[in-house]
Amino acid sequence: MSGISSDARLGLAPNPADDGSTHVALVATPQGGDLVKRHRLSTRLWHWFNAFTIFIMIMSGLMIFNAHPMLYWGQYGADYDHPWLEINNTSTTGYMKLGNVKFNTTGVLGLSTYPDGSVNDNAFPSWVTLPGEYDLAKARRWHLTFAWLLVLPYVLYMLWSLANRHIWRDLAPERSELKPRHLWQDVIDHARLRFPKGAAALHHNTLQKFAYLGVLFGLIPLMILTGLTMSPGMTAAWPWLLWLFHGRASARSLHFIGMSLIVGFIIIHLALVIVVGPFNEIRSMITGNFRLPRDRKAPSKAEGARP
Amino acid sequence: MINRRKLLAGLAGSSGLLLSGCDRFGSSASGTKLLDMGEKLTYLVQRGLFDRNALAPEYTKADLSPIFRTNGNTMPKSPAYQALIADKFATWNLQVDGLVEKPQNLSLAALQAMPQQTQITQHNCVEGWTAIGGWTGVRLAGILDMAKLTDAAKYIVFYCADDFDGTPYYESIDLVDAFHPQTMLALQLNNQPLEVKHGAPTRLRVERQLGYKQAKYVMHIQAVDSLAKIGEGKGGYWEDEIDYEWYAGI
Repeated sequence: MSGISSDARLGLAPNPADDGSTHVALVATPQGGDLVKRHRLSTRLWHWFNAFTIFIMIMSGLMIFNAHPMLYWGQYGADYDHPWLEINNTSTTGYMKLGNVKFNTTGVLGLSTYPDGSVNDNAFPSWVTLPGEYDLAKARRWHLTFAWLLVLPYVLYMLWSLANRHIWRDLAPERSELKPRHLWQDVIDHARLRFPKGAAALHHNTLQKFAYLGVLFGLIPLMILTGLTMSPGMTAAWPWLLWLFHGRASARSLHFIGMSLIVGFIIIHLALVIVVGPFNEIRSMITGNFRLPRDRKAPSKAEGARP
Repeated sequence: MINRRKLLAGLAGSSGLLLSGCDRFGSSASGTKLLDMGEKLTYLVQRGLFDRNALAPEYTKADLSPIFRTNGNTMPKSPAYQALIADKFATWNLQVDGLVEKPQNLSLAALQAMPQQTQITQHNCVEGWTAIGGWTGVRLAGILDMAKLTDAAKYIVFYCADDFDGTPYYESIDLVDAFHPQTMLALQLNNQPLEVKHGAPTRLRVERQLGYKQAKYVMHIQAVDSLAKIGEGKGGYWEDEIDYEWYAGI
């Protein structure tokens, strides 16, 4: 039994692909084809709640950005100061200016069209903002109400995950995983879209652990804290926020960069779900049941020498 | 069987539905109610869990914005205000009334004769930009103490000389912010008398809230027990007009 996580011990039988014999995961290491318990209830609940909340936060945040589509570094930043990022338009073209480099982004950023064909001169187009039409007040109400729905469940989830040792058992990389050779192998496997099969798929792989830990301990706290740094009530109560992020203008920039990284995470996350097997992956996040992928090289159990 | 293409199309389609659904929900009556929760919760938590007299961070002269950006009205159009500019605010009077025992009528000279304080603070616009300026003026608490609020007073309302298409600007704050040590009627920006574009002769500084609460061209201060009958009832011009939060501590 050594080496099998407690989740694996819950592995379900029988294996329907088997030749009539039942394979009981309780007594043996689960193999490719077995249905196992993969995600804890706390993870599943939080995942779906958050999937919704994060989308609301991103889309209402992009509308808030539209109110002043420039980002600065430092304590202050307004029209007479120098932005490091600007998404704007001339009368005919939309552009994004990064430092001194200007990109023509007509049609998407800076200048786009509403679904009815009329001109939208906001930085972000209506299909990624909430509300779809310019409304800073409503976007702030979405953002600042859902901020609570992001923060409170996040805190609960983290406490729960510390208590049930989810973070230590499932997410913290083991020492052997941190060896350069292992990490390099993991990078190569990802690049070749070659993912763990059989019992190896019971655990998150190392890059996956890094990604989840990065979001849980890096990006989400960064978003919460930089968000609070833009609040004049909060910086009075917690002046260290301004010190930590070197000012409100910087915090706003970091908030935007953090959002961009979260969008990147979501894109990679969804792409991998689709590559690895959307039905199995989505089921495992809904019911918790996950069918271990078969290893094509090794003989499957059905072909194996079994009495 | 669900294939990848169908799944992707489904995801794209459902996110589109979700989007328009959210938009419609957000403008429905129950949606509006739900989305107002954030402001209420923030106000409750900031007032309940944090130091009510916590000071907004102050900066040094080295941190000042080279140019302090203006927003909103920069030149009140009314003939009465134009006349005030012409006589350099010599006939300007600040009216202080409402739920007070001793209504006041204060000239600019009277305000200038009161104890002055200076603070270099951050101006946090709701749109996302930030400017740092040095304000000198009279603590609002000093003026309210002269007028002596009655026990019924719960909010302080500021009526202004500027308007948008004929609707006058106004703002309001609670008593916690009204008596906060940094809340003042500013008479100077960066050691110069307030220019018209910055709210001459005086503007409110309520440092723990967003820019639109910093009412310019203040003419009249009134203590009230409810905001319901002022303007359209939400406590400020932008609050009434486009539904900005009344509590702009976030």
